[in-house]
Amino acid sequence: MMRPNPPDAPPLRHLLTTDGLSRPQIVSILDLAESFLPVGERAVKKVPLLRGKTVVNLFFEPSTRTRMTFELAAKRLSADVLNLEVGNSSTRKGETLLDTLQNLEAMQMDMLVVRHAESGAADFFARHAAPHVSVLNAGDGRHAHPTQALLDMFTIRRHKRDFTQLAVAIVGDVAHSRVARSQIHALRILGVPDIRVVAPRTLLPTAIESLGVRVFARLEPALRDCDVVIALRLQRERMQGTQLPSETEYFRHYGLDPARLTLARPDAIVMHPGPINRNVEIASAVADGPQSVILEQVTNGIAVRMAVMALTLGQAPARSGTA
Amino acid sequence: MTALTIAGGRIIDPANAVDAQQDLHLRDGRVLAVGPAPAGFQAETRIDAHGRWILPGLIDLCARPVPDLPRELRAAAAGGVTSLCVPPEVGPCIDTPAVAERLLEQARRAGSTWVHPVGALTRALAGEQLAELAALQDAGCVAVSPGADTIADSRTLRQALAYAASHDLLVMLSPRDPWLHRHGCAHEGATSTRLGLPAIPGIAESIGLARDLALVELTGVRAHFCRISSALSLPLLQQARARGLPVTANVAVHHLHLCDTDLAAFDTLCRVDPPLRGAADRDALREAIGQGTIEAVCSDHHPLGADAKRMPFPQAASGMAGLETLLPLTLAAVWEGRMSLERAIAGLTIGPAQILGLPLGTLTAGAAADLCIVDPEQRWTPDATTLVSSGHNTPFLGRSLRGRVTHTLLGGRIVHRLDAPPRDAP
Repeated sequence: MMRPNPPDAPPLRHLLTTDGLSRPQIVSILDLAESFLPVGERAVKKVPLLRGKTVVNLFFEPSTRTRMTFELAAKRLSADVLNLEVGNSSTRKGETLLDTLQNLEAMQMDMLVVRHAESGAADFFARHAAPHVSVLNAGDGRHAHPTQALLDMFTIRRHKRDFTQLAVAIVGDVAHSRVARSQIHALRILGVPDIRVVAPRTLLPTAIESLGVRVFARLEPALRDCDVVIALRLQRERMQGTQLPSETEYFRHYGLDPARLTLARPDAIVMHPGPINRNVEIASAVADGPQSVILEQVTNGIAVRMAVMALTLGQAPARSGTA
Repeated sequence: MTALTIAGGRIIDPANAVDAQQDLHLRDGRVLAVGPAPAGFQAETRIDAHGRWILPGLIDLCARPVPDLPRELRAAAAGGVTSLCVPPEVGPCIDTPAVAERLLEQARRAGSTWVHPVGALTRALAGEQLAELAALQDAGCVAVSPGADTIADSRTLRQALAYAASHDLLVMLSPRDPWLHRHGCAHEGATSTRLGLPAIPGIAESIGLARDLALVELTGVRAHFCRISSALSLPLLQQARARGLPVTANVAVHHLHLCDTDLAAFDTLCRVDPPLRGAADRDALREAIGQGTIEAVCSDHHPLGADAKRMPFPQAASGMAGLETLLPLTLAAVWEGRMSLERAIAGLTIGPAQILGLPLGTLTAGAAADLCIVDPEQRWTPDATTLVSSGHNTPFLGRSLRGRVTHTLLGGRIVHRLDAPPRDAP
């Protein structure tokens, strides 16, 4: 079976999913990101690694945080950045995705960062891209959002040194979440022995157990003795159909509030891929509380995206033995 | 060409339980005799078929000969198919006698394969008003059908089936629960979970089938279920048959070979409707052919241009080209020991002939001389140079297959001959 990221091919050309990455591949990205973290704290927040390279952010779905952090990451690596927010793909009448890709290639881009509402869109671009173009998946449908998962791993590693001792709970709409899928793969690859997902069954894919997670229908037992709690964003449109009756009922049973958080380990960290719905999936007191690392995730996202860009364009600096 | 002998081939004719090396003599478009030539018979043409198989012409219960009808019918002949059913949603909807007659006339002119139109059950397939079913029947439709989709409104479907029953029409149904089916593009399971694809559960088919069977029982209509894909449907078919309901079923050949893991990294060539299901479903379908729970294998041929598949998976068109791979893929299940040769060939010949109630699919003396000659050992690779069809949308493109049709005869006339095969006879 063809896998996008063969584990024995360490020079990563594209990053489409965390599924199938090897542990050393992930660790090398996290290590490199560690070395980029201080760049953001300097007066001159730039390194010249991608000078002369052209990075295109092609977003078919609205995004603020992800697009901005990709843009900042590229700029801090001294690349030239082009942002294309084309909104809904159906509004681009006439021009197919392939036409768009070929036009961008004609403009001599080196890297395409793509977000699209359909699962498989990033694989599509990677399959058809010219040999010198790297494709980074900035989120495709419900499939994958690998850089988000990697920045989450990076954030966890800064707080918890040993992945093989962790219990991680992912709370919320796993069914529609590319973030959750990519997190689950990454956590497994890094050796996390206890990955829990918790949501009403309407928000879980049928075969979620096949990804190697334990399924909980109720929040309290899922949180018990957890080291990391990840709340997922709940899309408002879920309340319009038959998936959930109301925000109130969801928050009452699955909302992460201070009382429930006490079930987790005292040093547990709370994460969220953002943007948060206050008092829907997470109480303000938790989001803004001492255990929250949500804003740190955003900062780390820049360093991790810099690392992925540098590695896929083959411009990683010689490493000096970061652990 | 009025007198022809095919000499030395292995005749496989499941309808007559024949599997033997014998000569076959044809005259005036019909089978004259099997075995020694009748006294006084002088063949004008002789085909040496030593080492080859001689099969009744294949009968394909679902193929879409579009966009270029003559070319796709030549593709059918190249695949050994001598009869194919065209579903009503293809081209201009087959909901009036004029459309059916025009299709038949075009096919007659093309002359390489018999075409059997399937009429629309309702006008424009809208699921509202009945089409003129008796007129469609008179115009040559072998069956009627609501098309690739079902009729969601059970009351409407009940009336349509009852009316079809009063004209003793065969109804071809694609069983599905429309609500469980319509938002998905992949089988609901580990693969769709991993790839994050909107999914169609196996019960989308079995729920639809259970409803349709209840309506068949109520109306007494003869029903044929197309493209069964889920193992969950098989016990329902068995129970219906045990209760004596006049029901039959087919499977698309790709469902006998592929399963959801073949989607790999979003291979749009593997997007079909119904979707490729799990490995257990595939294995159960192969077994169902062997046991006779499913009587026919169809190509579900749907040629598509490259652009239709050059999209992210959920946006890509459904469909796979299949006329020319129908036989080798069916045989692949035989080579793998998954079904007997006799059952496999029956599923392509006498099985579908009996479903349609047509005197085809056999090489009995007196039968139409529709047949194909097959080199069972020849390996070949479907690609742009070997395929006749305009549709190259098959994941078997570039994959070596075993078993190739070398000749196809339609009414005793050679309509396909593989030009430069090894060991070919004049």
